[in-house]
Amino acid sequence: MRSVLSLTAVRAVVALAAGFLAMPAAAQVNLAGQWTGMYHEDFPDRLPGPELGDYGGLPLNDANRMRAEAWSASILSLPLYQCRVHPVDYAASFAQIRIWETVDSETQQLEAMHIQHFAWGTIRTIWMDGREHPPEYAQHTAMGFSTGEFIGQTLRVRTTHLKEGWLRRNGVARSWNATVTEHFTRREDVLTWHVYIEDPAYLEEPFFRNRDYVLNPTGRMGPYPCESVIETDMPENYFPHYLPGENPYLQEFAVNHGIPYEATRGGAATMYPEYMDTIRQMPLPEGPAQ
Amino acid sequence: MSRADRRGATVTRYPGYIRSGIARGPGAAARIGASMKSFPVCIWLAWLSAGAVFPAGTPEAQQQDFSNVEIRTLQVTENTYMLVGAGGNITVQVGNDGVFVVDTQFAPLSDRIAAAIGELSDLPIRYIVNTHHHGDHIGGNANLRTTGNTVTGGNMPGPVPYAGGGAQVIAHENVILRLSAQTGEQAVPSTLWPTNTFFNDEKRLWFNGEGIRIIHQPRAHTDGDVIVFFRKSDVIAVGDVFSTTNYPVLDLANGGSYQGIIEALNTIVDLIIPVYGQDGGTLVIPGHGRLSGLGDVLDYREMVLVIHDRLRHMIDSGMTLEQVKAAGPTRDYDPVYGSTEGFWTTERFIEAAYASLSEQIRSEQ
Ligand SMILES: [Zn+2]
Repeated sequence: MRSVLSLTAVRAVVALAAGFLAMPAAAQVNLAGQWTGMYHEDFPDRLPGPELGDYGGLPLNDANRMRAEAWSASILSLPLYQCRVHPVDYAASFAQIRIWETVDSETQQLEAMHIQHFAWGTIRTIWMDGREHPPEYAQHTAMGFSTGEFIGQTLRVRTTHLKEGWLRRNGVARSWNATVTEHFTRREDVLTWHVYIEDPAYLEEPFFRNRDYVLNPTGRMGPYPCESVIETDMPENYFPHYLPGENPYLQEFAVNHGIPYEATRGGAATMYPEYMDTIRQMPLPEGPAQ
Repeated sequence: MSRADRRGATVTRYPGYIRSGIARGPGAAARIGASMKSFPVCIWLAWLSAGAVFPAGTPEAQQQDFSNVEIRTLQVTENTYMLVGAGGNITVQVGNDGVFVVDTQFAPLSDRIAAAIGELSDLPIRYIVNTHHHGDHIGGNANLRTTGNTVTGGNMPGPVPYAGGGAQVIAHENVILRLSAQTGEQAVPSTLWPTNTFFNDEKRLWFNGEGIRIIHQPRAHTDGDVIVFFRKSDVIAVGDVFSTTNYPVLDLANGGSYQGIIEALNTIVDLIIPVYGQDGGTLVIPGHGRLSGLGDVLDYREMVLVIHDRLRHMIDSGMTLEQVKAAGPTRDYDPVYGSTEGFWTTERFIEAAYASLSEQIRSEQ
């Protein structure tokens, strides 16, 4: 009996050792788990939502500015627009995200990673099996088509096939031509998500932003149901927007915060710290805060 | 005669069944070789293949070289596919009854299109629908039609193999009126015309186990547009009333109008029931561009409505066409839908939109 036990123990040790040996020299970081968003950065832009007419810090081009200035918040009252989900390059800005892996149970090869966003409950898949992106005429979606690879301890993801989305929830658009590169980096129990958006249609320069999360071992994500309702009577073919030059709210942000109006128009220059020197040369808006 | 022959069943109603022996005739790909030989690419096909959106075409487009065009197939649902080559997207629905095709691109591509369809089904093409009369959507009608055969039965005259004379080509009546009109230009050969037209709002068929609605969209891209709704597959082939890559093409000379485009987009939106997130559920195969869901159609309709409102406001305020152009009413959408070259430039779109909306305003007064 004793000899059998000891033989079993030897086998277990060998198997364990073999298991360690089978791991790659640089063990791949595990990103799976429930992660809770931290809001020490860009808070007004996130949970409360951006103010009307504030495009500062976004490298939007003239065309995008014109679109944003035409945007009316009443769009959110349209039934078909009430449950539009945040695009993949924006959705993780809110509350929790949950990450899990699909692994081939035989080979232990990582096939895909998945992220569910609390915001709108969307789920994205990041293919880790080296597959190609689809042809350009395949469907574009809010989550797009993503492939990923580990660069050292960082997961790098490339996403194409996005349908039109937004960079900020006040009308600043991101086109369906955009490509998105993300990096997910874990340090202990902190995860950092970097997003790099290239959009030749609507950006003067690529746009970069990042968000931080902490691991929440007891976290559970709540559901996020959305059902469209008709909130008000609307004429046929009504689409709320402002004609050029007629949006009455564009000055509001500048006036309320004492910021030069021009600086609130955004553009690549407004992303950089040196822009503070430029702002000091600009006239402040007139009129009391409303 | 086999037991199956004596027993009837749907397949025995088709003339191709005679050629097919017991089960199936050779697929469309195998038969196209013979039929292509009798369709040399002659002058009228050259200008029909003009690459231009309108049949009249442009001189430079007449030299379009198709030799490098590859027909690529995208599966949309279990039984429906989108074929991409040159010209309008082709929709293919397959099943036990045969093959149903929406639009046929250009004649020089027919052999490649037939080969691509042959990969999807061994059965013949039974029906072709033309979404409208433009050359980049009907150019392959004659070639593809003769690879297939249509439904026969009941009181048909003559021997079964000759009863159909190829697949039926269904279109709205205005398509054949446009194609057969005396314009003073080179005539469009009757082999390219539809063989089965309708003049009411809608034609309905049951094919491959599902109801198919062919719905007329009056005065939109042209006056003969139809959209084809496969009810069970939950796919709509919409022709050029919706394209993801360009501003709406308004063929005013052939009955198109800005308001009609809006109404066609509304019809499409009304037919779609999306899954949560607007990326699935009913899918839309546009005339040109990528496979779409509700979200894409809404984004496109938004552009169409916003520009409509701006132009109406400008025209109502008495602005001339030149003043409107100078004001840049489409600047925000130009990076996505605009063009400074090719057939349908932004400038041409503004001119057509201005003309169409001006006429509408006059008719309202
Ligand atoms: Zn057309």
